[in-house]
Amino acid sequence: MNLHVPDLAPEAPPVRTTCPYCGVGCGVLARPDGEGGARVEGDPDHPANFGRLCSKGSALGETLSLGDRVLHPSIDGARATWDAALDAVATGFRRAAAAHGPESVAFYLSGQLLTEDYYVANKLAKGFLGTPHVDTNSRLCMSSSVAAHRRAFGSDTVPGCYEDLDGADLLVLVGSNTAWCHPILFRRMLDARAKRGTRIVTIDPRRTQTGEESDLFLGLKPGTDSTLFSGLLVHLADHGALDTRYVADHTAGYDLALERARRIAPSLAATADATGLAEDDVARFFELFRTTERAVTCYSQGVNQSAQGTDKANAIINCHLATGRIGRPGMGPFSLTGQPNAMGGREVGGLANMLAAHMHFLPEEVDLVRRFWGAPNIITGEGMKAVSLFEAIERGKIRALWIMGTNPAVSMPRADRVRAALSRLDTLVISEAIAGTDTLRARNAIVLPALAWGEKDGTVTNSERRISRQRRFLAPPGEARADWWALAQVGQRLGFAKSFAWPNAAAVFREHAALSGFENAGTRDFDLSGVAEITDAAYDSTAPIQWPLPRKAKSGQARLFAEGGFFTRDRRARFVAVQAPKLADATSAAFPLRLNTGRVRDHWHTLTRTGKSPRLSAHRAVPFCEIHPDDAAAHGLAEGDLARVRTPYGAAVLEVVVTPGAQKGLLFAPMHWSEANTSSGRVGALAQGAVDPVSGQPELKATPAAIAPEPYRSRGYLITRDPVEAPQGWWWARATLEGGTGLIFATQEGAAEAGALMQALFPGASLSQYADPACGVYRCAAFEDGRLVGAMALAPAAERPSWDAAKAFFRTQELLEPTARRALISGRAESAGTGPLVCACHTVGLGTIEATIKAGAHSVEAVGAACKAGTNCGSCIPEIRKLLAAALAPSPA
Amino acid sequence: MTERLVVIGNGMASLRFLERLTEAAPGRHDVTCVGAEPVAAYNRVLLSSLLGGEVDEAACTFRGLDWYAEHGITLVTGAPATAIDTAERIVRVGEGLVLPYDRLVLAVGSVPIRLPKPGMDLPGVITFRDLADVAAIRRAAVTGARAIVIGGGLLGLEAAVGLARLGVDTTLLHVMDRLMERQLDHDAAALVKAAMEARGVRVLLKADTAAVEGDGRVEALRLADGTVLPADLVVMSVGVRPATALAAAAGLAVGRGIAVDDAMQTSVPGIYALGECAEHRGQTYGLVEPAYEQAEVLARHLAGTPAAYAGTALSTSLKVSGLPVFSAGLVDVPEGAEAAIWSDPEAGLYRKLVIQDGRLAGAVFVGDVAEQGWCKTLIRTGAPVSRQDRDDLMFGRPAPQPLAA
Repeated sequence: MNLHVPDLAPEAPPVRTTCPYCGVGCGVLARPDGEGGARVEGDPDHPANFGRLCSKGSALGETLSLGDRVLHPSIDGARATWDAALDAVATGFRRAAAAHGPESVAFYLSGQLLTEDYYVANKLAKGFLGTPHVDTNSRLCMSSSVAAHRRAFGSDTVPGCYEDLDGADLLVLVGSNTAWCHPILFRRMLDARAKRGTRIVTIDPRRTQTGEESDLFLGLKPGTDSTLFSGLLVHLADHGALDTRYVADHTAGYDLALERARRIAPSLAATADATGLAEDDVARFFELFRTTERAVTCYSQGVNQSAQGTDKANAIINCHLATGRIGRPGMGPFSLTGQPNAMGGREVGGLANMLAAHMHFLPEEVDLVRRFWGAPNIITGEGMKAVSLFEAIERGKIRALWIMGTNPAVSMPRADRVRAALSRLDTLVISEAIAGTDTLRARNAIVLPALAWGEKDGTVTNSERRISRQRRFLAPPGEARADWWALAQVGQRLGFAKSFAWPNAAAVFREHAALSGFENAGTRDFDLSGVAEITDAAYDSTAPIQWPLPRKAKSGQARLFAEGGFFTRDRRARFVAVQAPKLADATSAAFPLRLNTGRVRDHWHTLTRTGKSPRLSAHRAVPFCEIHPDDAAAHGLAEGDLARVRTPYGAAVLEVVVTPGAQKGLLFAPMHWSEANTSSGRVGALAQGAVDPVSGQPELKATPAAIAPEPYRSRGYLITRDPVEAPQGWWWARATLEGGTGLIFATQEGAAEAGALMQALFPGASLSQYADPACGVYRCAAFEDGRLVGAMALAPAAERPSWDAAKAFFRTQELLEPTARRALISGRAESAGTGPLVCACHTVGLGTIEATIKAGAHSVEAVGAACKAGTNCGSCIPEIRKLLAAALAPSPA
Repeated sequence: MTERLVVIGNGMASLRFLERLTEAAPGRHDVTCVGAEPVAAYNRVLLSSLLGGEVDEAACTFRGLDWYAEHGITLVTGAPATAIDTAERIVRVGEGLVLPYDRLVLAVGSVPIRLPKPGMDLPGVITFRDLADVAAIRRAAVTGARAIVIGGGLLGLEAAVGLARLGVDTTLLHVMDRLMERQLDHDAAALVKAAMEARGVRVLLKADTAAVEGDGRVEALRLADGTVLPADLVVMSVGVRPATALAAAAGLAVGRGIAVDDAMQTSVPGIYALGECAEHRGQTYGLVEPAYEQAEVLARHLAGTPAAYAGTALSTSLKVSGLPVFSAGLVDVPEGAEAAIWSDPEAGLYRKLVIQDGRLAGAVFVGDVAEQGWCKTLIRTGAPVSRQDRDDLMFGRPAPQPLAA
């Protein structure tokens, strides 16, 4: 196995670092094991998580192997030196600029980058190359929140902090599966409920695990959030629930916003009708919000990833401004960010509609940044945002592109087109840590080996404006180097040596902090001048800090705007008169449903990291599509069937999950799977991507779609120690297993072909085979020197053989007992598989939990005490609760 | 007056019949049993184990002479019956003994076949049928001796393994291309062959014996292809033939065996036959299980209880020195039938089910013979076999769950 060279002695104290997954930004203690890996646990002192980690964070230690890493620079597939590769980048950019102007060069960055990387990329592009076309995958993530903040507050400022979740009496979760996507924050919410009786209301077209845990679930029609919150504003106004002093002293635009809200949602009945909700439920929500002072409204991708996302966020913010519930403990609108450093990117200004450091394109702002940087080619206006950027690439307007730390061939809407567009570029540079991503495979490129988590050194900012260090605890593998360094090298090669001469990440950070404070004097929210002169040593040892942190401030500021002080010219917040919501595309006879997309509990983005963890791959092993039972029946689909989901933009074949949690007419498919791990599950290719007119964020959650059965003769699994290519014509999805890798597949082939495949895959191995061709059944285990090296099961499609039992036998490299050898073929658990994984942190399966309940554990706590399930991150508690309810329900007489 | 019942032959079928008869109708008959071998009925199935030294002669015995006496049976051993006079209703035994009978049972077994090839009468060529054969083989199987067993059927395999266990350099010759071709398909036979080889037996297939050669005793065996194999001992195990001479001479209807009806009665009323010498519905059997079933039927019949024998589903269950083998019904898969096969050669395991028209038509198991009883029942009854049954037949039925949760 390919492992890191030991960097730190194992007995050294743990390294404090920050989790690289969602925007919660949990502190992590990493203890290198001296063998290239590390043990991780939550940092008890970090104010985001106080020692807790979710399933993904807990499994970080399983993602550190180097087997699939990019370790050396290469040019069009041929290994190259760093010098040659950087020269090629500089040459490509210079040529493009010379022939087509500097605006033919673009950067597509990532919320996975560190702030320091972002800063150097932004400076290089906007000050020195002179191209405004710097955008990032954060565009797909939270740019509508940014736009809404700026419209309302005059700045991209998150007004509150995580402590507000602890101290709230009402938590409204809008378009957020917090239980799965921000599990540690959800734990804080549940703690608040236990401690102070906090009520939780979830607003989501889909009844997620979060919805299951809520006191009130509002399963509204997709895209009608603005209607609901317009109705709420009307209700608050009509019931005298306004904070008239706050509205008068610190805001503007209330009357117009209310008038618009009245037109959209004039009454309770009209609100209920437009949102498809029961009037009673709407009334309950309105009353809860009206009567609960300490209310936080958290929103996430359900709000953001929408062609009306900015309006949705503003409709929410309007209600908080109207009640003055902002910037005070236990209240406020709260955007939960999806990526570990989306916030850092926003602070740097690494987005096409920003210049730098929360400054935009007012002439004085442009001038300020120009002078600070000594920039010869400062840009003066916005660049193209992600969707239009890739359209411009398709049209040949962009000739050179540098992609860093993201996989747009999977994650962009209309991903097929995006992937094809890459071929139009003269120069494509990809900074990437993981080999074999769909983007790397799309075409030849200059590939630069990037550092991964554990190797990187720098800062990230979480959803509550808290800057934490990601620290290095592993030696960089191969020739991988920091992204900021590679960017600076190109800057030097382009003739800007003095401006790109930082000795280390701390120096970059100091410059970034200095820019934020440059001629600021309280005019801009983002101010880090308090740490602009931080020493290298202090940078290395610094505890997490919250901004704003002006010069001489003792500590950062937890909340803003309780007494106004917005960053508009008149220091007043703006109510926004939102548009009546209307989804971009209507359904039709050909596409009668709508496709929603999102995440699952244990996976992250395009699986390049979580896909390496056996534990995380066990929760959901195949790309799937949720559908309401009525829709399933109408389309001839049953649980576990494969179905072709089509939109006008693309198609995918997904496993059907029939659930009443799906709204009628709505499909849901996770966005994680790529061509690297499934034959036909790139859901990004199906999304329409119509953009929000304000933020440019594409719609990813309401594409008109059709679904139909995709019949296969056989289903099965193939487990091997090392990955093998799936045969042509198979539908398949790959998952990492303990001691191996597995394909779950469907095929038109039968037992005979399966037998031939195993013979071909394992020549010289000893095969134990069970073949019943008439029943379409085949099972096989392959042994080399008595060691299990492969296992396959194939059965008629409806039977869907489960690999739970077989999987267990790959955990060991030891020789198998005869009973085990037998169980592999019989498909009968002798050393029982414990069923589908429920608790990823402690690896507890469904069967174990059911047995535990049966044995007398009749509460979540008792189950946890008995089998540990749900006692770490707790994100499986909703599932445990469901199992308890099912098991303990009085049996029908 | 009690009926005089004479039983000719004192093998396993005969003894089982006597046991059942005396249980069902004690004292009803005046029974005389005559046996050609010098000892009372013993366990012939254990002969190969006896040969290999796994068991001693005592372990092969069933009933002592006192048992026969206590049950009113006159046992005459070492006394071959020489003639039956059906008109006079007498049996002539040995030199001058005459036994009158009211009813007569023939349980005379079978005789081993000797190949009609030159040299088969040389000293050192031994059949493998009874205790005397085992004694003869053991005498010849001295250290360093080279033995050849002819015949890759069940008995030949057992003899070869027994010899190998004695430390004799043993070669097994079989004229067909696989061992036990009537019970095993090629894959199963290959496993059995491997098991034989693992136990020290050299196996030559498609080996057609041309002659046994030697000057005054066995020295070599020549194959049809000219190969000459040196040998000090040749064990002939190429099959048996029902012993029908006595019955034929008495005018009983004889086919391959002595023809009997479902009550085990021959063509002559009052005369019955059972065991390997009998031919029922055109079928003769060389295994103990049908003989036992026949013995049950005949005992009940003679005790006055209606009973009929309907034949025994052909099955074989044996252990080749610890390797269990089971075969029943069809071995190869006819056109239009299906097979389910689990094959794990490295683990010495092979299980095949032959299914025809949704019914179990045959089973071949090597290494693991679980559910053989169920297989036999299903083959006999022709009950339909569900998908779940197939799975359970192959991998065993789950252990019954306790009723209380």
